[in-house]
Amino acid sequence: MSNFLNSSIGKKFLMSLTGFFLITFLLVHLLVNSLILFDQSGHLFNQAAHFMGTNPIIKVVEPVLAIGFILHIIYAVILTRQNQRARPIGYKQQKLSGSSSWASRNMFVLGILVFVFLAIHISNFFWKMKFTGHELLEEGAMGNMENAYLLVTTFFQQWYIVILYIIGAIALGFHLTHAFWSAFQTLGLSNSKWRKRLDTIGLIYTLVVAGGFAIIPIWVFIASLI
Amino acid sequence: MDLTLKVWRQENRKAKGRFETYAIKNISPDSSFLEMLDVLNEQLIREGQEPVVFDHDCREGICGTCGLFINGRAHGPDEDITTCQLHMRKFKDGDTIVVEPWRAGGFPVIKDLMVDRTAFDKILQAGGFISINTGSAPDGNASLVAKEKADEAMDAAACIGCGACVATCKNSSAMLFVASKVSQLAVLPQGKTEAVRRAKAMVAKMDELGFGNCTNTGACEVECPKNVSLAHIARLNREFLAANLKP
Repeated sequence: MSNFLNSSIGKKFLMSLTGFFLITFLLVHLLVNSLILFDQSGHLFNQAAHFMGTNPIIKVVEPVLAIGFILHIIYAVILTRQNQRARPIGYKQQKLSGSSSWASRNMFVLGILVFVFLAIHISNFFWKMKFTGHELLEEGAMGNMENAYLLVTTFFQQWYIVILYIIGAIALGFHLTHAFWSAFQTLGLSNSKWRKRLDTIGLIYTLVVAGGFAIIPIWVFIASLI
Repeated sequence: MDLTLKVWRQENRKAKGRFETYAIKNISPDSSFLEMLDVLNEQLIREGQEPVVFDHDCREGICGTCGLFINGRAHGPDEDITTCQLHMRKFKDGDTIVVEPWRAGGFPVIKDLMVDRTAFDKILQAGGFISINTGSAPDGNASLVAKEKADEAMDAAACIGCGACVATCKNSSAMLFVASKVSQLAVLPQGKTEAVRRAKAMVAKMDELGFGNCTNTGACEVECPKNVSLAHIARLNREFLAANLKP
């Protein structure tokens, strides 16, 4: 097993598996968040947030998700460092734009952007809901069901926060344009036919996820103006 | 055509290299890139200078010996060719052309533009063969191979080991080369017996020799003179994962 994880494909296998896990997580996360758009009273979103906060299955998945994130980051650092060392002397001139996508060549940089955004995002919401608490969560809380809707919608009334979240969604989107098909390819789940199909499915997934995460703060911001 | 060449010159493996600028005149647009370098070398010899060392052999795009990084691209500005198949009509009169050797830790420079690609031989020696006696040519249709499988094996076998995949990859990964050498055997009945050992041994050797990790950018496939597909890398991944699942 240690031999396997020391090999280049073994390390990539871990990147792919954790990547798939994060891809699934993003979709679930977006589904829950999208309830903000569909129910102006906030009741649906609060119920969903309460469920995600208290359900025993989710409680088990939560630390697994955190480990997945950490492994994805650790192995990204290991692989990137090895890759940099693999070319001790660089080219004077190298044109890669014709042969590969910008995102595919900048996954590490995009990953850092997503990570920075994630840290801010966690401190904005998750941290308050889970640990520190917040007065907006208490306001209009029903029993032990916190008013997460109020916290989120109040927060997104600040224009610079909306812009920050749009930038986060764009960075995530570019990361995903390469990540989706790449995760399949690394597991060997691709061939000449499926590559095109997976590329298309990946693009749709990316547009839905990145677009979805960008639309929610924009929607809340505009709704607060009118 | 009158051109300015910026060529990488390096005395030997250990020496620190540098770019030298040469002016070259009256080059026919119909000459090949290597013929242009021949003219440059004759000029250098006449001037009492050391000619530029570069690898070349068949000069018809089938041996994989030539390989230069020209104006930022492996095998230069044309599609699906080796350096010897590149013609000067792809450039304009007055152009400045930058000529570099393949750059990768696994391919150390021997002299000037010539690199040591022994690493590829070592990867092949680790498992890119069939060691059982398959006998003489079998009777037609004695061992049945589906047309699609035969085609896939042939497409993988088109790899000439030039190293453009490594040279162009931002990670200096040799995955397309290793994938083609695994794939050409993996889909045929003769290659199945040693499939587990082969995938493990060749990947281990590839890692040991300091090639980078594939990040699926796909640049190798675009610059490969023989159009070897990324689908073969997917097969290599499958073969390797399956080999590691077996006790």
